[in-house]
Amino acid sequence: MKTYVVQRLAIALLTLLGMSMVIFTLLRLAPGDIVDILFSTAGYVSPSEKQAIMKELGIDRPYWVQYLEWLRQIVTGDLGKSYRYDLPAWQIIRPLVPVTLELAALSTLFAVLIGVPTGVISAVRQDTALDYALRVFSLAGLSMPAFWLGMVIILSLVTWFKWIPPLSYVGPTEDFKLHAVQFLLPALAVGYRSSALIMRITRSSLLEVMREDYIRTAWAKGQTGRIVIWRHALKNALLPVVTVIGIEFAFLIGGLVVTETVFNLPGVARFLVQAILWRDYPIVQNLVMFIAIVVILSNLLVDMLYGVLDPRVRYGS
Amino acid sequence: MAVRPAAIAVAAGARPRAGTWTVLARFARKKPLGAAGGALILVMLVTAIFADLLQTHDPIATDATYTLGSPSAEHWLGTDHLGRDIYSRIVHGARVSLIVGVASTLLGSVLGGIIGLLSGYIGGTTDLVTQRFLDILQGLPLLVLALVMSAALGPALHNVVIAISIPIIPRAARVIRSSVLTIREMQYVEAARALGVRHVRIAFRHILPNTMGPFIVLCTAQLGSAILVEATLSFLGLGVPEPYPSWGRMLSVSAAEYAQKAPHLVLFPGIAISLAVFGSNLLGDALRDTLDPRLRGS
Repeated sequence: MKTYVVQRLAIALLTLLGMSMVIFTLLRLAPGDIVDILFSTAGYVSPSEKQAIMKELGIDRPYWVQYLEWLRQIVTGDLGKSYRYDLPAWQIIRPLVPVTLELAALSTLFAVLIGVPTGVISAVRQDTALDYALRVFSLAGLSMPAFWLGMVIILSLVTWFKWIPPLSYVGPTEDFKLHAVQFLLPALAVGYRSSALIMRITRSSLLEVMREDYIRTAWAKGQTGRIVIWRHALKNALLPVVTVIGIEFAFLIGGLVVTETVFNLPGVARFLVQAILWRDYPIVQNLVMFIAIVVILSNLLVDMLYGVLDPRVRYGS
Repeated sequence: MAVRPAAIAVAAGARPRAGTWTVLARFARKKPLGAAGGALILVMLVTAIFADLLQTHDPIATDATYTLGSPSAEHWLGTDHLGRDIYSRIVHGARVSLIVGVASTLLGSVLGGIIGLLSGYIGGTTDLVTQRFLDILQGLPLLVLALVMSAALGPALHNVVIAISIPIIPRAARVIRSSVLTIREMQYVEAARALGVRHVRIAFRHILPNTMGPFIVLCTAQLGSAILVEATLSFLGLGVPEPYPSWGRMLSVSAAEYAQKAPHLVLFPGIAISLAVFGSNLLGDALRDTLDPRLRGS
């Protein structure tokens, strides 16, 4: 187990190094740089002045120097400086992190709360009208753009309940009720979408487990259906579901990017879009890298958890 | 090389040499949801091809005297904030969505398929290095990667296609590689090798055609997410540029601004996106059950 963990950690580190190269290269493909954009409204900027700004921002140096400098910064935890705001990147990102984490956690909670029960019902009532209806319901969630779902939710609330969402972010200590409402709706929009994957995995994995011998034994002992399904079958059927929740995380971030934009929540994902539009390299680089690290870590965590949850899985043998 | 409907029938365990219509009818009976999805995609395809005939107005002509109009006999789905006919824009949007969706899916799947084929067939260190590289690409969320790509490449139709296709590559490569790994060990491949057939020919003529089942399943499933990513990129202002009417951009900032006064601005393009993606998801699911025996029942 210990060698396995070390091995996995080494691979994760190598993957992250590769990701940093991909991210760095991708951003340098961009036509036009921050100086052009900053001064696009200013009209003419003298070349010498432009040179001075590039030097100040450190983007006149060769790419490999910039890359190594960035790596050094990541390792030392120094996230550099935002071109646009002239502030340390970390100072800008830090207040955004809790917003996104709260939204991600709530969305995952919704996804599990919707996905697991519908998956179980769908599997138990396989090929009935209810099964079809639930599968269509979950597939519909997978098909609707998260941002559109958010817009429709806001629109229907405004139309039918005359409720207008707060235009700016409300902290949990300011007004807890408003804060909760502000987060629950976007979390529902993102969570519904994510619940589709969880529902499908729960369904197929439960169907598989239900065919096992020990389930037949439980039936033969005269156990009631509820106990066989919830106590005997679901326990083992949920293992692949745990994996999906981990993979789901990468998927979730895509949903957050647009949902934070639609619901006006000052989170990391919304800020990423703005930073991309501004070609604010340090911010984009660091945010994407941050996302990559979170994704890799959550995958790693899920793999480890899998070994703990399922005694049949033994690593390193 | 193309998989004929007869091959679908064989994979489904039906009698071989059944006619195309028989096969389609059997598919529709066994997988009603899949057939419904196929019908949705067909409708979208027809709309995209005949957009010029189906339109009632010029999709980019503005009309300052009739902005934010409600649905009426003249403008079936109303008009937007510039007085453009929403129905005609949606009809033309089908063309943009389908072109971007199909082109990026094909580009990503073919590139990924070739990588998967070679990496699985050659094996060894090549395979190991390729797999690690694909890990890197796959580790990043699809949308984030597409966002960075399309911002980096600049707003143009072909750049959006490239941006969406890159995240598809690792997924396609994985699928093809895993089926190559099993097919590679089959006896007919060994026979071909014994006959002295060259490696490239074995890979492309003997192994590749047999990976078509999972490949088609993958393409159908990816089409939906490609359409969705295109809509999202356009919504964020990083997708298909003007003057192409794109469903995603129809929903962007301006639509949100006028949503309260004219809800049809938000509703109809969103329904169009959802139906298109829904159709390809339904079809993809049904095809997976039919064509990919290993995943049957899941």
